[in-house]
Amino acid sequence: MSLWRIVYKSLRQHTFSTLITGLSIALAGALLMSVWAVKEQSHAAFTGLTGGFDAVLGVRSAKLQLVLNAIFHMEESPGNLALTDYFEIQKNPNVELAIPIAMGDNYRGHRLVGTIVEMFAQCEYAPGKRHAVKGHGRIFDPTAREALVGSFVAQKLGLKRGDVIHPFHGLIFDEKKEHSETYVVVGVLEPSNTPADRVIWIPLEGIQKMTGHDPQTASDISAILIKLKAGSAIAGQRLSLMYNKQGSRMTFAWPIGQIMAQLFNKIAWVDRVLELVAYLVGCVATASVLASIYNSMNERRREIAILRALGARRSAIFSVIILEAAAIAGLGMLASFFLYSGIMMTVASIVRAQTGVVLDPSAFHPVMIWAPLGMVGLSALAGVVPAVKAYRTDVAENLSPIS
Amino acid sequence: MSALEISDLHKTFLSPEGLPQPVIHVSAFELAERNQVALRGGSGSGKTTFLNLIAGILKPDAGMIKIAGREMSALSESERDRLRATTIGYIFQTFNLLQGYTCLENVLLGMSFGPGVDREFAKALLKRVGLSDRLKHYPRQLSTGQQQRVAVARALANRPKLVLADEPTGNLDQANAREVLGLIRETCGENRAALLLVSHDREVLGQFESVKEFHEINHPVTAREAAR
Repeated sequence: MSLWRIVYKSLRQHTFSTLITGLSIALAGALLMSVWAVKEQSHAAFTGLTGGFDAVLGVRSAKLQLVLNAIFHMEESPGNLALTDYFEIQKNPNVELAIPIAMGDNYRGHRLVGTIVEMFAQCEYAPGKRHAVKGHGRIFDPTAREALVGSFVAQKLGLKRGDVIHPFHGLIFDEKKEHSETYVVVGVLEPSNTPADRVIWIPLEGIQKMTGHDPQTASDISAILIKLKAGSAIAGQRLSLMYNKQGSRMTFAWPIGQIMAQLFNKIAWVDRVLELVAYLVGCVATASVLASIYNSMNERRREIAILRALGARRSAIFSVIILEAAAIAGLGMLASFFLYSGIMMTVASIVRAQTGVVLDPSAFHPVMIWAPLGMVGLSALAGVVPAVKAYRTDVAENLSPIS
Repeated sequence: MSALEISDLHKTFLSPEGLPQPVIHVSAFELAERNQVALRGGSGSGKTTFLNLIAGILKPDAGMIKIAGREMSALSESERDRLRATTIGYIFQTFNLLQGYTCLENVLLGMSFGPGVDREFAKALLKRVGLSDRLKHYPRQLSTGQQQRVAVARALANRPKLVLADEPTGNLDQANAREVLGLIRETCGENRAALLLVSHDREVLGQFESVKEFHEINHPVTAREAAR
């Protein structure tokens, strides 16, 4: 009968405390892995997700606000640009593609974004990938009141081709602010796992000329998405100099990934706090392994004495306790992967709904190796305390009363 | 070769007041191979301490204990553990079965610290003690007599040269006691193991041809008495 068999028997004898302790390890392990995975994945997703553009040109404001608004469809628009600004940058030799967008309306809480058909016909949101329309749908006619619905919105609101939608004024849904126009859904976009999935696309003029909007700003746009020509570093620097240093009316937010990375740097302390909390929870969980086994030592003194009387060495008893602590942690960490999947799926659905960014709950991350190893190792280390107590058990004293 | 040889064995404990309390002083004791001897002694006379010293569970303050030709007192603790596992079988008054283990597992556990697990021999031993239909039963599912039978099978699991039995029938009724005692004596004989049994029960002691009074071989003396 191997030591593992003795460990198994012991765990079975203390099923309840094993389950509770294992569960605390599972929760701690899942929390630790989730914190790391969400941090790493969201960092990679937000800094790598540019929608296929290199820069955003908008009214003079914070670069981060421009990027969040124009690329991720979050935050309020900082203000409008004149359409002439679009024509001007479109002609710039450093620019390969410029796409104007206009915002200001919603349909049941989901933003309507006005743009031009080149957004779908020419823009690659990832190398070799363009936004495609599902089934028999098509891109909207720029002169008609037609809408192309992002996949996430379509799924959430149950929109399909042929449906008629009634836009509402503003970015926040208010039933009282319904516009009089209606738009016909002519297509649903294939999922792209980008923020484009969570908005409704309509022709640029649709937003500009919606009833109730200020006629004086009817030709304005919210921002311009820009793809620079090859060698974009130099092109970007030139445009940055031109708009940000020499000009004072507009802001050229470039490069998008770096601007998002700055956001993460600003909130890095939150990451550190979360990590610290996760580490502390891990420590508390491993301490619970120690407490659970240590508390059982009194009732197990006789059992240990019997094993010793049968010939078990002190080192074997010590090893059994260490292995038991490691086994509880090991079982807990196995369970933690199920909890981790649950947490990640929940977090991913929230992040997707809020930002359009897709996190992959099944993606591998090194934390999945070092967290289980760390928790098992730490628990085994915690097992040393009860193991020493077991090691020191007086055999004669605990076997039977002396006659 | 003797199964057990003891000479000038001393063991002293400290009283709660911190005073030395001699418990064992055995000048000489010998048990021949396959021999069966009973020691009669009252409660608190040091019988269990004597057996624990022989089993290597307690370390003597002085003296020599030789088990099947190997001197126990010259061995390290882990070597004593090994010798106990391979050469000695121990039957306790309170059975000392592990409650989370089945009958068969209790016997196998005894083997695992000895020369190795022999499942068929373990089953044969349990069959011999009349428990072939109780292999997968847990101790709590057995009567006290049956539990002591499992303990007998476990004590013989490693084919020991010496079996120590500490009041093995103390917790059994008269009928069971007679039956278990007979079984211990028979199985020790069948397995060529010497048997040293301690008891204060006249009926038990009456079954043995050789009965020694423990107080005749054990003469613990205090330092003051020794000085006189």
